[in-house]
Amino acid sequence: MTQKKKALNIILLIILIPLALAWLYPIFMILMNSLKVESAITTSSAFELVNGSNFGGSINYLKAINSFGFMTSLFYSFFITVTSVVAIVILCSMCAWYISRVHSKFSSFLYYLFVFSMVVPFQMVMFTLSQTADMLKLNNPFNLWVIYLGFGAGLAVFMFAGFVKSIPVEIEEAAMIDGCTPLQTFFKVVLPILKPTMVSVAILEAMWVWNDYLLPTLVLDITKYKTVPMLIQYFRGSYGKVEMGPMMASIMLTVIPVIIVYIFGQKYIIKGVAAGAVKG
Amino acid sequence: MERTLKKYGWLFVLPTLVAFTIGFIVPFIEGLYLSFCQFTTVGNATFTGFSNYVAALTDASFLKSAGFTVMVAIVNVLAINILAFALAMALTQKVKGTNLFRTIFFMPNLIGGIVLGYIWQILLNCVLSLVGEPLLRLNPTAGYWGIIILMCWQQVGYMMIIYIAGLQNVPDDLIEAAKIDGATDWQILWKIKIPMMMPSITICVFLTLTNSFKLFDQNLALTAGDPNHMTDMLALNIYQTFYARAGKLWKGIGQAKAVIFSIVVVLVSFWQLKATRSKEVQQ
Repeated sequence: MTQKKKALNIILLIILIPLALAWLYPIFMILMNSLKVESAITTSSAFELVNGSNFGGSINYLKAINSFGFMTSLFYSFFITVTSVVAIVILCSMCAWYISRVHSKFSSFLYYLFVFSMVVPFQMVMFTLSQTADMLKLNNPFNLWVIYLGFGAGLAVFMFAGFVKSIPVEIEEAAMIDGCTPLQTFFKVVLPILKPTMVSVAILEAMWVWNDYLLPTLVLDITKYKTVPMLIQYFRGSYGKVEMGPMMASIMLTVIPVIIVYIFGQKYIIKGVAAGAVKG
Repeated sequence: MERTLKKYGWLFVLPTLVAFTIGFIVPFIEGLYLSFCQFTTVGNATFTGFSNYVAALTDASFLKSAGFTVMVAIVNVLAINILAFALAMALTQKVKGTNLFRTIFFMPNLIGGIVLGYIWQILLNCVLSLVGEPLLRLNPTAGYWGIIILMCWQQVGYMMIIYIAGLQNVPDDLIEAAKIDGATDWQILWKIKIPMMMPSITICVFLTLTNSFKLFDQNLALTAGDPNHMTDMLALNIYQTFYARAGKLWKGIGQAKAVIFSIVVVLVSFWQLKATRSKEVQQ
């Protein structure tokens, strides 16, 4: 039995190790090429590692940072993600608590509307949404969280409502009998219990908002504000001859912070994804 | 409690509801109405009846992109789920370095569609030029398989995590009992593990199916529909109908296409949920 187990382990490792390396290779390749001088980046030499003759140092990175407004975009992306996720986590959990605790036609109608909004593709609303956002002056990075709250509410309310249903209502009733107002009950009793779900929701929504391309492109005034995905697309789409070096450097600059966050938070991220799916 | 809560209801529901109204309900209803109109902005719509729908359904590019989307979706759903399930099985055997493998396979999920698209465009173009094939811009077959490879690379890790959670939920005593009764590994997989994991399978198929149908960023960045719109998926086709075509007719047609697209996505996802849910067993 153990003999068989050992053999199985070795076979699995023989399959898994090359597969894992293949999984890492695309990013490794971009990293290598982003460190080369422009003239050394050609399709025929793309698979070569960095060496003495083609090493360009940080030249591409400096170019990407200095001449393409990368830092400003990074700030916008960061600001939008943080404001949106905070708004979604707090306001949607409040909404979901009400919906699952008050049994009325209104709350069940609202619940199904939220679920429905998760399935509808963005193309359905993209044009009218961008016009509405213009009209209400939500077309800048500082107010964009309102749109994200509205469009991200579906998933968040769905996940929170699923979890609230598993909390015994007696705890909340006891708190209210002891004189808590509904707001106090929510923030002092319900919120601490909801924490693990909040982490899941925050992670899923942050992954979406940070990487979202089409919504900010259509809603924001592109001449004034660009988020990171918009910048990369703009970079690629609007030049006749694309400078590959700075292009790959900016890809790496986008990927590196995400990987750093991932390395430190991977336990929560992976758990969050698994929990989010099971609730669904 | 319900009564007190009801009194304060506006406090809890209103902020989300206002944003939801601005972000979804109003644009959705407006979009539905505008699909029956000719317009260039929301303000100048004139009612034209079903003509947009007729134009959309007779637009060859729309039908072609629908066919392409279905082809991508079928292969994606099968490839991603089989690969993810296999990896989940491998990573629940207590192999050395399980955590590291899990971390690596999941990582591409955190990278956005646009960036992923460009990473793979660079990589695939290099491979294609190495073997002397035409580059992605001129090569629809490579574009098709490129989208599939990219989606597998991105999503296998995510589904793998869900499958691992599902596999860990299969009770050990059930498997023990089957072993004592003389079941082979193959029988345990098909007769116990897979039926017990139907909830995970439902979710993963749902996610891969809707993701494939709604795919936009990766499509735009990897091929942008080249060559000659042969690799357009539905979302990209609708986007181009709205923003890349001149003439005052196209926005209405684009909106009608978006309505049709939404109906298809909603129907397909509910049909899929119903189909796989019916195979779930009580635990």
